[in-house]
This record gives sequence, structure tokens and C-alpha cells, in this order.
Amino acid sequence: MSEEKNQRKLVTVAEAGAPIGSGSSNPKQGERMTGAQAVVASLEAEGVDLIFGYPGGHAIHIYDALFDSKTIRHVLSRHEQGAVHEADGYARASGKVGVALVTSGPGATNTVTGIATAYMDSIPLVVITGQVPLAMIGTDSFQESDIFGITIPIVKHSFLVKSASDIARSIREAFHIAKTGRPGPVLVDIPSDVARQETVFEYADQVNIASYKPTYRGNAKQVKAAAALIGKARRPVLFVGGGTISSGASCLVEDLSERLRIPIATSLMGLGAIPASNPLNVGLVGMHGSKYANMTLNRSDLIIACGARFSDRVTGKISSFAPDAKLIHIDIDPAEIDKVRMADIPIVGDLRNVLGQLLDQFDADAQVPDTEEWLSDIELWRERYPMYDKRLDENTDYIVPEEAMRLLSEMLDQDSSIVATDVGQHQMWAAQFIKRTKPRSFISSGGLGTMGFGLPAAIGASFACPDKTVVCVAGDGSLQMNAQEMATATINEIPVKVVVVDNSALGMVRQWQKLFLNQRYSATELHDVPDFVKLADAYSWEAERVESPEEVPAAYERMLASTGPYLIDLRIPRDQSVFPIVAPGKALSEAVGAIDLDEGVVRIVDQPEADEEGGKAL
Amino acid sequence: MKHVLSVLVENKSGVLSRVVALIARRGFNIDSLSVGPTEDPTRSRITIIVDAEKVAYDQITKQLNKLVCVYKIQDLTNDAYIERELVLFKVNAPAERRSEVIEIANLFRASVVDVGASSLTIEATGSENKLKGMEELLESYGIKEITRTGKIAISRNSKEA
Repeated sequence: MSEEKNQRKLVTVAEAGAPIGSGSSNPKQGERMTGAQAVVASLEAEGVDLIFGYPGGHAIHIYDALFDSKTIRHVLSRHEQGAVHEADGYARASGKVGVALVTSGPGATNTVTGIATAYMDSIPLVVITGQVPLAMIGTDSFQESDIFGITIPIVKHSFLVKSASDIARSIREAFHIAKTGRPGPVLVDIPSDVARQETVFEYADQVNIASYKPTYRGNAKQVKAAAALIGKARRPVLFVGGGTISSGASCLVEDLSERLRIPIATSLMGLGAIPASNPLNVGLVGMHGSKYANMTLNRSDLIIACGARFSDRVTGKISSFAPDAKLIHIDIDPAEIDKVRMADIPIVGDLRNVLGQLLDQFDADAQVPDTEEWLSDIELWRERYPMYDKRLDENTDYIVPEEAMRLLSEMLDQDSSIVATDVGQHQMWAAQFIKRTKPRSFISSGGLGTMGFGLPAAIGASFACPDKTVVCVAGDGSLQMNAQEMATATINEIPVKVVVVDNSALGMVRQWQKLFLNQRYSATELHDVPDFVKLADAYSWEAERVESPEEVPAAYERMLASTGPYLIDLRIPRDQSVFPIVAPGKALSEAVGAIDLDEGVVRIVDQPEADEEGGKAL
Repeated sequence: MKHVLSVLVENKSGVLSRVVALIARRGFNIDSLSVGPTEDPTRSRITIIVDAEKVAYDQITKQLNKLVCVYKIQDLTNDAYIERELVLFKVNAPAERRSEVIEIANLFRASVVDVGASSLTIEATGSENKLKGMEELLESYGIKEITRTGKIAISRNSKEA
């Protein structure tokens, strides 16, 4: 495993934070220019070649300077929220910092959902907003909004730039902060008079912020203690979250798993980090995880959390989550340690470094656990409680979403495809049935659960990876939240494919109403409008509607063979539910709707009842 | 349990908003907060008093530490530290009782900073206990208004934060 050996070189914050572009040796260094030109020169020096945005009065000078850039391509979105999600999808697919540029006031406030989405999922973004001139701040002037104040709780950091001479430093620091430590969105607010001031452009390579020093290397003593604890475990599990992907530690997790024979379970954000085909990978855990994966996590005696934060969607009722397990919690963010679940051995550091250090312990003489009995238990559960069984839906004349997703998964080349999702039932079916092999090939709004994320994120991912087929699995509700971005795909010849899992309803909420609220379907019917095929046609996309199961394979084939953007309106019945489901507020072990083959090919559904607390959480 | 936190931050607009927004967003209540520049004009010190259990307290300090504008957090609670607060009391004091009120002020080494026809304004500094004792005594005369700075604190040993 030479790739793995390469990864064991320790990464430092300075390496991780350096510009990927020319930095201080950029050709404009030392030139006199306007603040707006300094913004563009900073992005060029940083190595940015693509930004998403939308102009307006107080961004107009930056846009004017951008007009002269030979290296930065600007993509005109159709809504600022779309621009930020596109930058986000670009960042998730490429591992680089996504950049969005918008104007003041409504332009800036439209970015809020996008910024919050990136914040919850730890995605590196730099969002540049125009602002009213300094002297007009606070006067309620036209298109003024306090975007700095509005975004305080949802940014990793932010800058209100008060002088053109601060622009280069602010942007350099913004990129450094966005991509080092636990990544996240950074906002840079630039008043329009600052953009017109003159300054001498000086771009730095290194950043030294006394109050920002993320820990990259794990504490050696803790690593040693962790290795000892792993050696003694009988039922250990590696719990992989999004941090595994952002740290680039997939290879090391797999190596540790294979060498010590430890199974792997993943959160939604961790999907793709480990190939679904890896026999030690039990896949998705949590509210809609498989019963066998949830049993693996819940019955373990040691959880080794790798960049995962124990979201309530993973743990269910926290007091009964994995009651016998000790926890080795590896995270670069010290605030995640002991936040939800107390760690027995916390290790703060970059996962890649820490796993390298941990593997060194086992290279030496650390004891290796005996897990064979545990693994055979898990295999029995995997056979007994499959996620789905074809026989459940034999002889149906409607499209079964589980089957439709499984078929899509089979038809995609795992090495050269990316799947993005919106939020809702379709997202969970995609997460359950679309098998992924590579990190950054499954893109979904995990933490914030942002409907409308899928299409723009898929467009961003397609910009990042033009050689890959990018498929967005959307819902009919979600797609309508950012459908305007279909224009962005058309104009820029971005051949994204959209599969709308269309049940003319807000399926996930409806499912909760069905299961937990006495079938009182309050405000969850969307009816048959719009006609998605006509909508796609209006944007010059190819599109078709598929209503019966036997038409699905050929439709997928046409979609995947097409060279432009393509939409399939996949009609499914309204009453399909995502199973298994852990009712909100219930323990992971209380999932309902799992198949138990010992009882026959049926889903075991008792009367689930959401705890009051969980019911409200919707 | 009450914690006295001394938080060294960047002296820049927006920093106080970040600190306060974070504490509010994570659902913690602040008992008292005061802020001012330090010996280094680029840095300010915020003294925060919060009442929180251990897990919540750990979260507050970790989350505060994550803020890019925060240099250092010192928990003075278990160290020897000096705590002071400044209070201004406006007390009813008609001419015939004025001397009694002044006497109380003198007992607490407080000073009278303003005199009106029927009231006195007293400036007092000190620890929580002292100020509370004084407030109780003044109450019998009728306190018209109280304004206080919030507590500031510094560690007794010369270790510099």
C-alpha cells in the first residue's frame, strides 16, 4: 500500500493553509491598483480559477476588475443561494476552497442558507459580499444589510474590510482559515468605497494569526493509550464521518481496518470515504441506516470516531446509544470532544496525522484485537436484516424507489461519477442504495438538511470534475427550491443529470405524518405542478417522464448517454416510506421497518411513536 | 457552578458581538460581562461570569477558544483572584436624613459623587459581598436607581495572561 505510506507523512497547518496559486510571486505583486483590482489579484494569487456569483450595485467595481482577469472564470448563477451551493458543490467535489461573489443587501442575505449549509458540513468557502460605502453603514441605505452581523453564528470567521490596504491580507487569511483546521465558510464584506480606494498590492504566502493555531498532530501519549485500548477491544468499530473525507484519510482508515480486522460504519457525511464494496464496511448508520450497521455501532465495545460528531440523526436517543462502548474520539475540532458523547480517549488532531501515528504503534508492537467472532456476528446480521429485498415488491406496476436507486447505482461507473442529492426521502434512498467507491463522490447536505442544495451542488461538482458524470438525485419539492439554476447548467454547457424522485408530495414530512401524526397530512401535498419535463424543456434541457418500472433502465441509458443536461421525472407512488426508520427521540435499537428474514420477507413495523421532544424537532 | 472567565480578545469591532452571540446561541446565560482595552491597545479583556455545569462550561470555553478573535481564556474561578465592580446608587436622602446616608457611604469607603435636593448619588467599588451589604442598608432609605459596571477580575499571582 504505497499510497497509504505516502499519506503517513505528517501534514502541518502551514502546508495545509498555503495558497495553491502563485502567492507572493504573483505578477501583480507591488503594483498600485484599486481595492477591487486587489480583490481579483488576491484571488488570482490564491490560485482561484473559478468563482460563482451575481453582480449588483455595490459589487460592481469588483465585477469591473474581474472583467480583466485572464485566469478567473466567473459563472453567473441565477440566484445568490444557487451561487453559494455551486461553490459548495465545487469545494466538496474538488477539495479546494469554493468562492462566491455577490452584492450587498438582498444579494448578501440570499447567501445565508448556503453559508449555513457549508458551516454545518465543514466545507471551505470564501464568500465575498459587496457592502454599502463605509460612511453609509448603519444608515439603512439602499441595499444595505448587516451581513457581517447576520452571519456571525454560521461562519468560521468573517472580515469587514475597512481599507483597501487590508484587502490582500483579509483574503489571504480568509482562505487560510477556510481550509485549515476544521474547514468552514469565511465571509469577506467589502464596502464599495473601499473597492475604489487605491492601494499597493502585496500578497503574502504564510499567515500568522496568534489566536488561530489548529492542532494537527495527535498527542503521542493519547495515541499510545488509544492503541492499547484498541488491542483489548472485542467488538471495535471505526465510525467514519465527513472529517475522513476533508482530511483525506480514507486510505489510512481502510488500512487500519484491514490490518486490525475492524468493521467500518459511516455517517451520511462519511459516505464515499470507504468503498461500499469493502467487506468490512457496513455502510450507513443512523435514522435510516441499515439494521445491521446500527447493530454494529450500537453493540460495539469500542467506537473509534474518525472525524464524526455524533449528530442526533446518527445516535438516536443519546442515553441509550452504544451503551457498552468506550470511545476514542479523533477530531481536529476540540469542541466536538465530549459535546454529545463523552470520550474515553480524546485525540485532537488532523485525522491523517493521527491515524498515521496510530498505525506506527501497530507497526511496532501494539497488541492487535481479536475480532473474528464479532465480524461473524455482523455477517449474520447483514444476511438476516438486509436493507431491502426485491421480493417485497414483486409484481408491482409502479416504480419502487429502492429498486430505481439500486439500478442507477449499477449503471454508474463508480470511478467516474459523482452523485449529489437534495434533501428528503430521495436523499435517504440514494444514501442507502447508491454505492460509492471514492471520497468526494457523494455530495449531500447532511447537517443543515437544505432542500434546494442538490442541483446547484451538482453543477458546482460538474465544474470541478468535468470528466465525471454528475447525477443529482432530487425530490420534486427540493428541485423547485433552486430550479432556476437549470439555466446556469444550460448556459455553461454543464451536462448534469437530474433524476427527480417525484411523488407530488413532501415525502419525508408526509412519511412522518403517516407514521407519527395519525395520517394528518398537513401541508405536504405538492400536486402535479410543475410539469418537470416542460420545465426542463423551457431551459433547453432534454427530459422525459418515466412512469412504469420497465421503462427505467432505458431512460437511465438515454440520460447517461446524453451529452447535455438531462432530466428524468421518475414518478413514484406517494405512499412509499423510507425504511428502516428510527423514530425521532427513540433509540437506535428501536428502528422500525427493517426486514428480518427469519420472520419472512416482510418489514417489521410495530407502532412507532415519536417522543414528544423528537416530534417537535421536525 | 459560577465561573469567572477572563477572555483576551482582539480589540476590533464585531468581536464582542461574536463572543456574546456564541454564548447566547449555545444557550448559556451570562450573569455579568464587562469589556475594556488592556495594556496592549490591540487587545481587549472580557470578563464573563457564567453559571454552568461542567459539560456546558467545557463547551462554552471550547467554543470560545475556536473563535479566531480569541487569544486566550483564563478561568479564574479556582485561582486566587481579585474581583471588583463599580456601582452607582441614587438614594432617597431628604435633608434631615442626608447625614445618615453619607455615614453609610463612608463606612463602606464609598464616595458621594452628586447631591440633589432629596437624593444622593454614591459611587462604590468592591467585591460582591461588600456591595450587596451596602445595597441592603441603603434600601431602607429607598434606592431610586442602580447602575453597575459588571465585574472585572484579575488573578492574584503575577502570571500574565
